[in-house]
Parts: sequence; C-alpha cells; structure tokens
Amino acid sequence: LAAQLSLSLAECPGTGSAQAGRAAACQGCPNQGLCAAGAARPDPAEAAELRARLRAVRHTVLVLSGKGGVGKSTFSALLAHGLAADETKQVALLDIDICGPSIPKIMGLEGEQVHQSGSGWSPVYVEENLGVMSVGFLLSSPDDAVIWRGPKKNGLIKQFLRDVDWGEVDYLIVDTPPGTSDEHLSIVQYLSATHIDGAVIVTTPQEVSLQDVRKEINFCRKVKLPIIGVVENMSGFVCPKCKNESQIFPPTTGGAEKMCQNLNVSLLGKVPLDPQIGKSCDRGQSFLAEAPESPATLSYRNIIQRIQEYCEQHHFQEEKIM
Amino acid sequence: TLAERTNLAGVRHILLVLSGKGGVGKSTISTELALALRNAGKRVGILDVDLCGPSIPRMLRVQDSAVHQCDSGWVPVFVGQDQAIALMSIGFLLERPDDAVVWRGPKKNALIKQFVTDVAWGDLDFLIVDTPPGTSDEHISTVEALRPYQLLGAILVTTPQ
Repeated sequence: LAAQLSLSLAECPGTGSAQAGRAAACQGCPNQGLCAAGAARPDPAEAAELRARLRAVRHTVLVLSGKGGVGKSTFSALLAHGLAADETKQVALLDIDICGPSIPKIMGLEGEQVHQSGSGWSPVYVEENLGVMSVGFLLSSPDDAVIWRGPKKNGLIKQFLRDVDWGEVDYLIVDTPPGTSDEHLSIVQYLSATHIDGAVIVTTPQEVSLQDVRKEINFCRKVKLPIIGVVENMSGFVCPKCKNESQIFPPTTGGAEKMCQNLNVSLLGKVPLDPQIGKSCDRGQSFLAEAPESPATLSYRNIIQRIQEYCEQHHFQEEKIM
Repeated sequence: TLAERTNLAGVRHILLVLSGKGGVGKSTISTELALALRNAGKRVGILDVDLCGPSIPRMLRVQDSAVHQCDSGWVPVFVGQDQAIALMSIGFLLERPDDAVVWRGPKKNALIKQFVTDVAWGDLDFLIVDTPPGTSDEHISTVEALRPYQLLGAILVTTPQ
C-alpha cells in the first residue's frame, strides 16, 4: 500500500491531461472513475465565461503559503491597501479561504453583506478604489462554521470569479487558505482563463514553516504558476523599550534566505514582528496607516513596490512580445 | 462488535487536537502532550491527518523513517529508544520531503479512512489525532471514520488575537 501511494504521488498525470484516469498510476486512485470520464477536465464554456468576466483585470497576484498562520491574510490586506494608496489604481481583494475567512475582519468590514445587481454580486468597498469579496460576507453570523467538502468549496470559488462584478481592475489580489488542495487547484484552474502574474509566498523563519513552504513552491512549479517571490514574516522582534532585537522564531536552518537560494526563488523581503500589526488587524485598520514609522511598515512598502515592479515589467514584456 | 475486532480495539482514549486557525500550535501541542503522557508512563500514539503540511515527523526527529506493512495493516513509526510513542503521518510516505501532496478532497478522504482503520496501533492509552487548520474534508472524514469508537473529545488550540 505504501509503495502504491508513493507511486501515485509521483506519477499522477494531472486531472486535465489526456492520460487522466488512464495512466498506470491511476489504478486504485479514488478519483480514477471521475478522471477517466472526463469530469475533472475544465469545461470550455465555463472557461469562456470566466475569461469574459475577468477580461478587465490587468494583474492578478495569488498570496500562498502551505503553512497556516504565517501572515497570508495580513499581507494580502496590506498589499491591497498599499496598492490602493494610488487613487488612480483600482484594486480588488478576493478571499478564497472558505473555512477561515480573515479578510472581512482585517479590512474592517465585519457585518457587511453582499448585494446583487443586474451585473452580478457587488464587492464590498473599503475605499472607492478598493473592493473586497469573501465568504465571510455570506454568513449570517461570524461564528457560523462553513463545514464543506472540496466540491462545494470549488463551486463557491467559481461563483466568486464568475458572478462578482469587479469592473475594471488594475490589481486582483487573491488570499488563500494554507495547504495545496482543492482551493489552490481550483483557483489556478479557473484563473487560467485570464492570466496570473504570479504568486507571493509567505513564510516565517523556522524550519517547521519552511518545510511546508518548499512543498508550496513545488506546487507552483507543478501547475506552472510563476513565483514572484517569498516574504519572510515575523522575522525578528525589536523591543520598543530597550531596542534589542530577538529572534522569536529562530531560523534554525537558515530561514527564507537560505531556502530561496537553494530553490532559486526571489526573497522579496523580511518583515519584523510588531505587536501593532496584530492589533490593527483585530481592529480592521490598515497597519501601514496606523504605524507609518514602524520598521515593519518600511519592509511592507518595499515588498509591495517590488511586486508592483514585477507586475508592470511582466506586462510590458508580454506586450512587447505581442 | 466491529470496533472490538479492529486496529483501534486496543486504544483506550482518542483525542482530537483542532483549531480552525492555522499556525497556532496544534502540532506543537499534540507533540508536547504525547511526550508528557509518555513521561507519565502512558503508551501514546499520534495520528497526523494534516496531509498537505505534516509537521509531526520532524518535531519527533523521525522524518527519515519509513512505514512497513504487517498482517494487520501498516506498522506505525515508533519514536525514541523506549519506543513508547507510535506515529503515523503522510510524511513517511513521501518519496521526497518537499513533494507537495496536491490532492482534492476524495483522495484525501480515502487516505484518512485508511489511516484510521489500517494502522496497527496495538495497545495504547491515548491516541492523539493532529489535524490541519479548517473545517473541511480532513475533519469531516476523520470524525466520520472515528464514529464507531468512543472519542474522548477535542482540544481546541488558539492564540490570543
């Protein structure tokens, strides 16, 4: 059984491939029947619908980790705020963490509801140029548990992309749950209708996080998702009283820096721990606005700028090719 | 009864460690709890059902171990010189530690069912089940598969914010 498992992990042909359900490794896989019947392959009509809806989105950035609790949602929210500081840019923040949607609270939008119009679902606007969508807005109470298996989660993610009227968007930021499962496969599959500029991967310095993040990097490579770079969060703590720096999560195996070197991905930056970050998130305020002088704010702003440069350059290169 | 003839027949208490939120210390607490119970003279097992991010093998320094089969199913990895902690995790089944387990729900569910029914735990005082964040496939499948047995209960882990 163990040998069979190892084999199928290594040799799954991919649900979209012509070999899906028919390869040797498919024997005994619980999804074999589905794949062989073509049920796992993306529907071209659906793809066309998504393409139409997302036509007016210029740049899409996925925020991933693999590891939970490293600061994906915090980072996604601050990336959105940072980009939306330029009032000429239209920014959209999509939260596809269906079981643990943090974005409504972090953006100060708890209790908001989604409205429907003729053109679809309206995002909830924090600023005129910053719209947000999350399953959190669809719950009748914030403590309601969304206890859904994969297929139902996939369905909602598809709806978010197909039915939300984002309008013209310069940046679509997608916040994801931890892991490499349904939500991640689905968002990559559905967004292949448009294009994804790349993924930003968030980690903390310790090996227990990095070991999950390496898997996430491999996931990105497997599904051909470009990696914009890695952010090392909770990287050191400077005491506000004595100004000494401590490593709360010591990088026992070299931290994100070493991992990035080994895996040939870009380290976008390191963000130190600042207790104000957690407080701002709890209160739904932008940390960048509340603590403009914090070293963490400086780090975030540098990282956001690098992401912007990556996206603009990438677009420019594509246009050149076309 | 069916329960009496299965691989969980010798397990006295089953505990789930849950959160909802990621990164709060579920795996750390599961490990420390197992070690504390072992120090108190108990026989302990840990079932790690976090298929995407299995942390327990490294925490107990057995990340390079392999799983073998016996007549009654899979033999768990025994930790330490006294072998008093038994562990099962998908971490032991990966060819390379950085391999991503990119599975949709049905495949995860099938493996979790196997983990619950096919691991030859032997006699344990406590089986601690470490879970991933969320309330989804892994959690539903684990609770469903453990339904014939008497679950002692769940410990929920959080951080203050």
